[in-house]
Amino acid sequence: MTDSRLGPLADPAQFNGPLDLTGFDAVALRKMLKTILTIRYAEEAVADLIESKEAVCPCHLGIGQEGVAAGVSSVLHNSDRAYGNHRSHSHYLAMGGGLFEMFAEILGRLPGASKGMGGSMHLYAPEVGFGGSVPIVGATIPIAVGAALAAKMDGKGAVGVAYFGDGACEEGVLHESLNMAAIYKLPVLFVCENNLYSSHLDIDLRQPTDSVARFAQAHRIPHRTVDGNDVAAVARAAGELVAAARSGEGPGFLEAVTFRWRGHVGPKEDIDVGVLRKPEILAAWKKRDPLARLRAGMVTAVQLTDVEYQQYDAEARATVADAVARARLAEYPPESALLDLVYTAGAKA
Amino acid sequence: MSTNISYSRGILDGFRYLLGNHKDVFAIGQGLWSPWYVGASMKDLDKDFGKARVIDTPVSELGTTGIAIGASLNGYRPIVIHPRMDFMILATDQIVNQAAKWRHMLGGKSPAVTIRGIVNRGGEQGAQHSQALHSWYAHIPGLRVVMPATADDARDLLIAATLCDDPVLYIDDRWCYEQTADVAPAGPIDITVQRPKVRREGRDITLVAASYSTILALEAAELLAKKGISAEVIDLRVLNPLDHSVAAASVKKTGRLLAVDGGWATCGLAGEIIAGVAEALPPSAFRARPRRVTLPDAPAPTSKVLEKIYYPTAELVAATAQQIVTEEP
Repeated sequence: MTDSRLGPLADPAQFNGPLDLTGFDAVALRKMLKTILTIRYAEEAVADLIESKEAVCPCHLGIGQEGVAAGVSSVLHNSDRAYGNHRSHSHYLAMGGGLFEMFAEILGRLPGASKGMGGSMHLYAPEVGFGGSVPIVGATIPIAVGAALAAKMDGKGAVGVAYFGDGACEEGVLHESLNMAAIYKLPVLFVCENNLYSSHLDIDLRQPTDSVARFAQAHRIPHRTVDGNDVAAVARAAGELVAAARSGEGPGFLEAVTFRWRGHVGPKEDIDVGVLRKPEILAAWKKRDPLARLRAGMVTAVQLTDVEYQQYDAEARATVADAVARARLAEYPPESALLDLVYTAGAKA
Repeated sequence: MSTNISYSRGILDGFRYLLGNHKDVFAIGQGLWSPWYVGASMKDLDKDFGKARVIDTPVSELGTTGIAIGASLNGYRPIVIHPRMDFMILATDQIVNQAAKWRHMLGGKSPAVTIRGIVNRGGEQGAQHSQALHSWYAHIPGLRVVMPATADDARDLLIAATLCDDPVLYIDDRWCYEQTADVAPAGPIDITVQRPKVRREGRDITLVAASYSTILALEAAELLAKKGISAEVIDLRVLNPLDHSVAAASVKKTGRLLAVDGGWATCGLAGEIIAGVAEALPPSAFRARPRRVTLPDAPAPTSKVLEKIYYPTAELVAATAQQIVTEEP
């Protein structure tokens, strides 16, 4: 398949109806719905914490993009190894990373996901398969490939997953990583959340065409380009690519087209430096909401009622509020952490 | 039972010990299936341990290093080989931003990765085929840096680096490859207890160095002995974390310090040696100003007449030491 242009996938006036959920059972759909609700309310809570100046570390919100992580994680296990980037609350939470640990981390507290040492941009939950996130653009891509090399050496069918954005496709390391994953046939899924923007520039000002799957094609890696705001489409495509990777066929590349509702960093919608996004485009993308479309699809597919939905909604809000409240009370790291965490002492005999 | 081995044989023996005894160790980098790249120091490892554990790579320093770090975070102890340190600069994001900081910034596991950078200079190779960048990397908290000067350390510091749970940069220098030493059979080594070593005892001046500069300092000590000057030579071995105590104790005895380094002067190892000793001792402990012998602050030249004046020599080290010893207090 060739993807020179995204075409309708980049047009927010399209793909905004109820999702086609053919092939998904009620259990799987409810799980994805709860995941998206949790991510949505968690990130809205992060925005509130920034507004109230309780959260000071840079926080990059992915509100509007939740369908990607929810869909990809639906085909992953705790033994897989997913790596994120600066905008990884969704990746971490969708893998099962703890809400309390995320808020504690953002507030710099000891029980945080990274012991309060990293903040929003450094989330870590290896016990559920989230290997870490860092903000150097593209940096975890080769790390995820290395995790896949380890998985191949282990021979137990685990996969590595690299989450990155369209901006990271402009970093050389992506191309080194794609090439090496291809020649060594490593079990890794490259997930590009193409939200059509780097920190401040539209993809049309940065690349000769708006679809990044062409980079996978150049390295002979199977690829799919999907509506990233369609969690079912994401899950289907990720499922195919991950199944191939697990069975030894090598890497896959998933381009999920989406849009972030907030600015590059912080809680506001349009604080982008330099080239501002047009308000009418953002308004249109809000109608292509991954949450509302999943809900609408589930009404038909599994007879989701308003009452049931309101129950999930209330549960997600309450769980998030409880995590925030507990994180506010958590202790800070001891001063000794500053030096104690630099090195691991000792050698393996 | 000891055997006499060369420095490059020491590196090879280190790899053989690690690959033979530790299933979680593998080597990855450019030229590993071609001895042309890495000399005799990795000869036939791919044949003896298999190409799945001795992996030759595309021309991708950054990707290769990141892949090794990813594997190290998932149960392996990879050794990444950069056959020429100048090209390792392309991997610096993964070394400095990722490996060195991973444990601290994520409050978690340290990448148990070893990165081997080879210093390969002289022979009119020029500005991008000559660099010794240990000072740069030793600046970074979380990245251990070791630099062997002797054949036994060439083997043992490689073993120590690889068995360490932290990221370690192991830097060997091709100008050391013909050094020989008697060694006992290889065994596990704990990097955390490795300290600077007094390679030669003396009374009048302390020469502090690492790697090939230690060899220069030892040769200079011979020249100085002929002039009746007794020089003590200290080999740092581990550059980060840097232990100043052995050098400081020596200077307390000799009252004089000359730092010798094959890197540049500005913000470099030689200045760090002097600062560490100066902070450890009272002014009265010094019988003369500390000095340093380093590269001039210029890129490596190619023309042989410029190359001749570029690299420090034992004669320059000895002459500088003699100036310090004869200087009026």
